[in-house]
Amino acid sequence: MMKDPRAPEALSWSVFTQGIWRDNPVFVMLLGLCPALAVSNTASNALAMGLATTFVLLCSGVLVSLLRTVIPQQVRIASYIIVIATFVTIVDYAIQAISLELYKALGAFIQLIVVNCIILGRAEAYASKNHVLNAFVNALGMGVGFTFAMLCLGVVREVLGSGTLFGVSLFGPDFQPWAVFVLPPGGFFILAFWLFLFAVLKKRKQVRMAGRQATSETEKEVPRAT
Amino acid sequence: MSRNPGTASPAPPRSMALIGTLGGIAIMSGLLVATTFQLTRERILQNRREALERAVFEVLPEATNRRSFFLNEEGLQALADDALGQASLYAGYDDSGALTGVAIEGSARGYQDVVKVLYGYSLERECITGMTVLQSSETPGLGDRVETDPAFQANFECLDARLNSESTALVQEIVTVKHGKKTDSWQIDAISGATVTSAAVGHALQQSASEILPLLHRYEAALYENTAEERTSP
Repeated sequence: MMKDPRAPEALSWSVFTQGIWRDNPVFVMLLGLCPALAVSNTASNALAMGLATTFVLLCSGVLVSLLRTVIPQQVRIASYIIVIATFVTIVDYAIQAISLELYKALGAFIQLIVVNCIILGRAEAYASKNHVLNAFVNALGMGVGFTFAMLCLGVVREVLGSGTLFGVSLFGPDFQPWAVFVLPPGGFFILAFWLFLFAVLKKRKQVRMAGRQATSETEKEVPRAT
Repeated sequence: MSRNPGTASPAPPRSMALIGTLGGIAIMSGLLVATTFQLTRERILQNRREALERAVFEVLPEATNRRSFFLNEEGLQALADDALGQASLYAGYDDSGALTGVAIEGSARGYQDVVKVLYGYSLERECITGMTVLQSSETPGLGDRVETDPAFQANFECLDARLNSESTALVQEIVTVKHGKKTDSWQIDAISGATVTSAAVGHALQQSASEILPLLHRYEAALYENTAEERTSP
């Protein structure tokens, strides 16, 4: 991802926005698809899962970044997993303390945040090579990007599959919900639809960039997103 | 995620350094988890108690008061009010002090994990009058519908749980049947798409009812003893 892993990246706006759009964890990097497909059946589940994952991303990013000079290469993955598992356990207790209803709705997927590749991926690829502030900002961006993707899936699935949005009925009692969208196959359909949309946007941007370069060869402006 | 060849350290560190690092991180992790556990424990227990309290009045809608009881082979003992977690059943009373029903816990293996349910039982009508889920990790949107699906909940308007003449066992075992195949009052009509969880609810009810109800009938007199000072309001 970076040319010289030894040189920490300077803090810039793109450190934050990278995770939201250009390297969106779900829609571009295709990471963390298990929770993205499993818990996105309603908008509120998707939001809760997104926030819980963001919290774990932030805390583990900061801690891994703080410990980056202490952890030897050979045991780094094991160390990261312990750190991540710690924060997942904390989230698990916290959600039980906040609301048992929410805990019941999210079921086993809270514990499964441990194996979400976004978090380990960020710890390995970014937090372990950058300053605490950068790691924090980057993790926040990734968390927002993941929550955004979860909501994209959750809102569409809940509206089509249950006829509600955040539990509020939208179409009245006569609406016959399209139940397949709250079931697992619906998750794949909606994800495919969003991936298609992102691919089209990317393609159009590339075509536009190529066109602009052809007209003015001297233009040195670096494209913000590719 | 292979090791980047450009960043490999020249000499591998000693094993002790590796063990030390991992140990240190593990200790830190343990401290963090233990602290969180201590901080949230009271709140979680409080939430569980409240959820149980709500569940008891949900399956016994006519009750306005409840008392906790502990039931075993020796008899039925009234418990102090704060012993909500240890009770084996909860008796509900209306304003005039008459018994409206008993709430009993049951559990069985579901699709992902154990499903814990609480059901209301009417001694008068000898049937199960309500069911709610206390704890489950069933798939959101599928298995967890046993709690919310109105058609499934309709099974528990009066699910037959009569005891035989000697009060030793149920006359008819409670069974879960395929969706739309329910013919008798002791059968539970499963939710299509949540067959495993529906069956787990059936198993939980059958197991718990065949174990608790004969004992309950033997010692039911204790339920009617009026000890007003032990009563609690919701």
